[in-house]
Amino acid sequence: MKYKNLVSITDFTKEEYMRIMKLAAEFEENHRQEILNGYVISTLFFEPSTRTRLSFETAINGLGGRVVGFSDSGATSASKGETLHDTIKMVSNYADLIVMRHPLEGSARLASEVSSVPIVNAGDGANQHPTQTLLDMYSILKTQGTLENLKIFMVGDLKYGRTVHSLLQAMSMFNTTFYFISPDELMMPPTYKLQLDKMGLKYFEGKDLTEFLSEADIIYMTRVQQERFTDPIEYERVKNAYILKREMLKGCKKSMKVLHPLPRVNEIHTDVDDSPHAYYFDQARNGVYVRMAILTSILGIK
Amino acid sequence: MKDKQLSVSAIKEGTVIDHIPASALFKVVSILNLDKLDTMITIGNSLESDKLGKKGIIKLSKVFFEDNEVNKIALVAPSAKLNIIRDYGVVEKRVVEIPDEIFNIAKCVNPKCITNNEKVSTRFEVVSKSDLKLKCHYCEKITDQDNIEII
Repeated sequence: MKYKNLVSITDFTKEEYMRIMKLAAEFEENHRQEILNGYVISTLFFEPSTRTRLSFETAINGLGGRVVGFSDSGATSASKGETLHDTIKMVSNYADLIVMRHPLEGSARLASEVSSVPIVNAGDGANQHPTQTLLDMYSILKTQGTLENLKIFMVGDLKYGRTVHSLLQAMSMFNTTFYFISPDELMMPPTYKLQLDKMGLKYFEGKDLTEFLSEADIIYMTRVQQERFTDPIEYERVKNAYILKREMLKGCKKSMKVLHPLPRVNEIHTDVDDSPHAYYFDQARNGVYVRMAILTSILGIK
Repeated sequence: MKDKQLSVSAIKEGTVIDHIPASALFKVVSILNLDKLDTMITIGNSLESDKLGKKGIIKLSKVFFEDNEVNKIALVAPSAKLNIIRDYGVVEKRVVEIPDEIFNIAKCVNPKCITNNEKVSTRFEVVSKSDLKLKCHYCEKITDQDNIEII
């Protein structure tokens, strides 16, 4: 593998995305392999996380590797004022690879510059969460049979949501047509739309979730959070407009799947859960195989 | 034009940095570390200018800059022009060019960026030069012209 670290989704090329997809499919077939036997992987979670940490640790344990780390920086030297620089310098003496999540943006890039072992970014504030993006892509590939020429609806908080930004960056290499559905306050930032313009890709923007849904191959839901609104009345006015309900999916393509990075609060009604379109829990399971693929690639085992 | 140049005395050898926006003059002084120099410097500011309204000018005796050094000021004074002086005459004119990468000059606009929270040198990729946009190497956020703050 060309890159020693996975910090940002844009660190990888299209070929590298496809390589991870292929490897993840292999691990899905056979995930009882002891190929990380003898490896120590450090999981440094300076900020709490359930899914991502458990998914990484399941991937590592499943392949026979050992995990050292912490899930709350309150119990570490960081609370005594140790800098990230020093923590990473120290831990890179112990482990073969570091998986880290940190509330500050750019922290993983900095870590990759001071560490002597590879860094895998498990989320740096609102910036990047590349392993989530790769598992989203794997879920799309698995359900649609291809990543090329799809119509992807992104719904909800498109302004602050790092998962939609990274997914947009990655999927823009596959001739995707995007549909951005959000309230005015949470529209897709101009920077990303400019990127699509430069690449000659089509996109549509709207406020109405039900419009055009019959066109969708993928609906990627995110949560509209109250704290993003300066005006609480405005939040009350729009909050219910971005809740996906089963009846809305009537005219959709049979193959259409609903994805969500989770945790869900109320943006997907529970009546969608047993619809054939619901894929968000399977999506979470895919995360383990994708992370197996990423870790073994970066360590040069696969 | 000649009258205006007379308002600041001529130098024998060195560099004249002209057409600096008046508001950026002291930032230019700081970026080029001119306060550390012990050679003769003449600084004029808020001089009348047809192009800029009010301009600043810096005359540096016996000082010559490398391109990469002087290009650092392009961030705050893209209109600046350099006259290289030998024996009281202009022997070369240069314009400043915005470099492709910028190290440790500007501050990232994002308060949650690691560079604003830990001792890290800032680093930006220049993604647009006409309408200046800097992309932080660390947090990947864009700092634009209006938000550029010099360290």
